[in-house]
Amino acid sequence: MKVGLCAKVTADTDARLKASADGSSFEVNGKVVVGPYDAFAVEEAIKTKEKFKCEVVSFTVGGGDDVVAQLRGTVLALGADKAVVVSDPALAGTDSLGVARTLAAAIKKEGCDVVFCGKQAIDDDNVQVPAMVAELLGWAQVSRIVELEIEGTDFKATRSMDGGVREVVAGSLPAVFTAERGLNTPRYPKLPAVIAAKKKPLETPDLAALGLSGGDVAAKAVTTAYGAPPERPKGRKLEGDVDTMVSELVRLLREEVKVL
Amino acid sequence: MTTTDLMPTRDLRFLLEEVHGLGDLLTADRYAHTDLDTLRSVLDLARDVAHDVFLPLAPKLDAEEPTLADGRVTVPEGTKTAVGAFVEAGFQATSFSLEDGGMQLPAMITEAVLAFFSAASAPVVSYPALAMAAAGMLRAHGSEELRQRYLAPMIEGRWFGTMALSEPQAGSSLADLTTAARPADDGTYRLVGNKMWITAADHDLTENIVHFVLARIEGAPAGTRGISLFLVPKILPDGTHNDVRVVGLNHKLGYRPAANTVFAIGDQGGAVGWLVGEPHQGLRCMFHMMNEARIAVGLSASAMGWAGYRHSLRYARERLQGRPLTSKDPTSPQVPLTEHADVRRLLLSQKALAEGGLALALWAARLVDEGRVAADRGDDATAGQLAMLLDVVTPIVKGWCSHYGVAANDEAIQVHGGYGYTRDYAVERIWRDNRLNPIHEGTNGIQAMDLLGRKVGAGQGAAAMLLMARLQDGIARGRAAGPVASALAGELAVAVERLATTTTTLLLGAPKDPAAFLANATPYLHLAGHTVVAWLWLEQVLAAEPGAEGDAFLRGKLAAARYFYRWELPRTAHWASLLAPIDRTPLDTDPDDL
Ligand SMILES: Cc1cc2nc3c(=O)[nH]c(=O)nc-3n(C[C@H](O)[C@H](O)[C@H](O)COP(=O)(O)OP(=O)(O)OC[C@H]3O[C@@H](n4cnc5c(N)ncnc54)[C@H](O)[C@@H]3O)c2cc1C
Repeated sequence: MKVGLCAKVTADTDARLKASADGSSFEVNGKVVVGPYDAFAVEEAIKTKEKFKCEVVSFTVGGGDDVVAQLRGTVLALGADKAVVVSDPALAGTDSLGVARTLAAAIKKEGCDVVFCGKQAIDDDNVQVPAMVAELLGWAQVSRIVELEIEGTDFKATRSMDGGVREVVAGSLPAVFTAERGLNTPRYPKLPAVIAAKKKPLETPDLAALGLSGGDVAAKAVTTAYGAPPERPKGRKLEGDVDTMVSELVRLLREEVKVL
Repeated sequence: MTTTDLMPTRDLRFLLEEVHGLGDLLTADRYAHTDLDTLRSVLDLARDVAHDVFLPLAPKLDAEEPTLADGRVTVPEGTKTAVGAFVEAGFQATSFSLEDGGMQLPAMITEAVLAFFSAASAPVVSYPALAMAAAGMLRAHGSEELRQRYLAPMIEGRWFGTMALSEPQAGSSLADLTTAARPADDGTYRLVGNKMWITAADHDLTENIVHFVLARIEGAPAGTRGISLFLVPKILPDGTHNDVRVVGLNHKLGYRPAANTVFAIGDQGGAVGWLVGEPHQGLRCMFHMMNEARIAVGLSASAMGWAGYRHSLRYARERLQGRPLTSKDPTSPQVPLTEHADVRRLLLSQKALAEGGLALALWAARLVDEGRVAADRGDDATAGQLAMLLDVVTPIVKGWCSHYGVAANDEAIQVHGGYGYTRDYAVERIWRDNRLNPIHEGTNGIQAMDLLGRKVGAGQGAAAMLLMARLQDGIARGRAAGPVASALAGELAVAVERLATTTTTLLLGAPKDPAAFLANATPYLHLAGHTVVAWLWLEQVLAAEPGAEGDAFLRGKLAAARYFYRWELPRTAHWASLLAPIDRTPLDTDPDDL
């Protein structure tokens, strides 16, 4: 058994994102971290490692020094045995499918049996990559899991659905799981492990090393601009006695906001 | 969801890396096992645990004091959770050598880690921090046997420690302590005495507590020359309970999560203790620990100043109140508090005092690191000079940072208006916690007398010269740098000259009238502290000015530096005027006339 996990390093939840002046990119003002949903995936991978005494490899597409430092200080310090950070200039303008192809090729090369991802990254909120990875690998995929049991090559996963319903899914490995809040409580790394992580292997293959070319990751849809949302309309103050205000509020909620 | 605006890592990284050159320190052999990226991860982890575990518990633990029943102190569950997370992550071991099972990280990192935890809850982190200091002293002065038995569990955080100096009649004046130690046949001692104010003398956080107790061996000379240091464990090696007991809890203004106790030693016949170091050398050993503790107190006080600043900045950005002076329209929307110049003054003042204090305390830590590196290479001359400089700097760090940390917290409350005076906002709690820092580890009055009476004059003025040389070096680099730095360097030169003249006048006059010499030691501490912190703001400007144009963080550094030079540094002229010639008003006032 070999466990894979996909970790994207993104801006922290409270970092301020700002579209660049020319709208071609966005700037992050604040810390970068392994995203919060990815952190659940990391924890699940480590728990799986503890149960099966197996190896854990993390996969990341693209990244500079910041990303590598984050991966060492978190994912590797928490117990992943190796990190693979695919770095290639051709990845600069890629889209979700390009990222998924890259991850799938790297995962295949490592020979993983199960892969954990966060249910989404918190910067672009695309929610596409894990499903594509599973499809490209021809594996089972279960999204938004809140519970997981693996016995031999069989798994039973519980999904959280909107409206509070839980769906139980059974199948066999290999599979890609995406983690939802509640799956586990991510632990903090321990300092000796943070220091030791400096020595753990971290590979930075390019696309060719994974048998891919620039054409394989060329974007089918390109981002044409980043910008700020339109300013929110001003709040409105209701006037009159309590009864008038309440009935006006109910009317507004029903007719304008359409939530009632 | 985490939010970083209360404890941005960049604030500390800037000081460590851009101002105090953490990177070049790491080229030393003793840090070969680590690198800058790893240390950044250590800081990130400290921030996460402090922010996510300590900070949310802080208000609750402030409200829920530890309790005492049958001589046993119980702390609330939350304290166990927070302290457990600290120990579990391994923070206890950062400063100890690899050989002792520690992580051998720079003192600058240990202090920066402490800054995050102090900003979240200083009293909670004081449990493990005290144990770290106690273990450091055991490492330096304990016998092989004692180290074998006690060091590892303390470094691992399984046993905590205390320092038991104060007694009801002997606070500032340790020379008057009366706890007695009688030699027993087996080479141990039996101790009997009453200690006061002892932090963490009992709790249910660890299975054992290792007390370091100052006492007099029977027949020892009077005064400080007759004081010895003893290790007195709560649980003896054979598993029985030693004759030590908490007989009361002190109910304090702040720092409430840290159990503070009236501690009875040997009231059932005598507590078993082991001598640490040589007989009658106890104060010297204890000062080893207290010097580190004093830097930590200063650092922690500035970190709380920083916390108050960050809380009040967040509040001022959100709170809408009033309109610009130029706005005549009463129906126009109210503006955030930050739009008012007077509120910006309160914020800048806190920033200047807190970040200036952090820079000062981290510089002291850097001197500790440089000293260790010099000692490793066998360069005793450099190590000796660094130790002498550190001796001068330590009372400044303790006294200045704690005084102005509280001053900053006062302004944090002011920014909040009435809300700051309620328990609904963190700033009143931080102010109460921080108010301890000018009092313990030697009151600020004692620090000032130590600085002027012992430290600056050491080595026939050599210590003062070492400090002056650092300041002059900063001025020279400042003059050669950008327009902001060079302007400030010019002003700093005047202030340094003032400090030098005042110091010389004082030291020369000392033999003629010792009482007058020390009467106004407190303004001397402020004069020296403000001058050194002005230099450290210049250092921050040197690091910030080149990239400031496109970077709000760096522009903020320039603004705070300017503020410090305009609003604070001129106060040094006033303090100097009280010192040369000595203003005799307090000295000559008859106590009966008060
Ligand atoms: C919360 C808390 C925790 C503490 N923790 C510990 C601990 O863990 N272990 C421990 O041993 N102690 C501890 N202390 C004790 C602390 O170190 C003492 O309170 C401090 O040293 C002052 O002693 P005192 O309270 O007796 O005040 P005093 O010595 O009576 O001083 C009162 C005032 O007089 C001034 N003064 C006294 N002597 C002189 C002088 N010669 N010249 C000029 N001014 C003078 C002081 O500066 C002060 O302003 C703690 C205290 C507190 C409040």
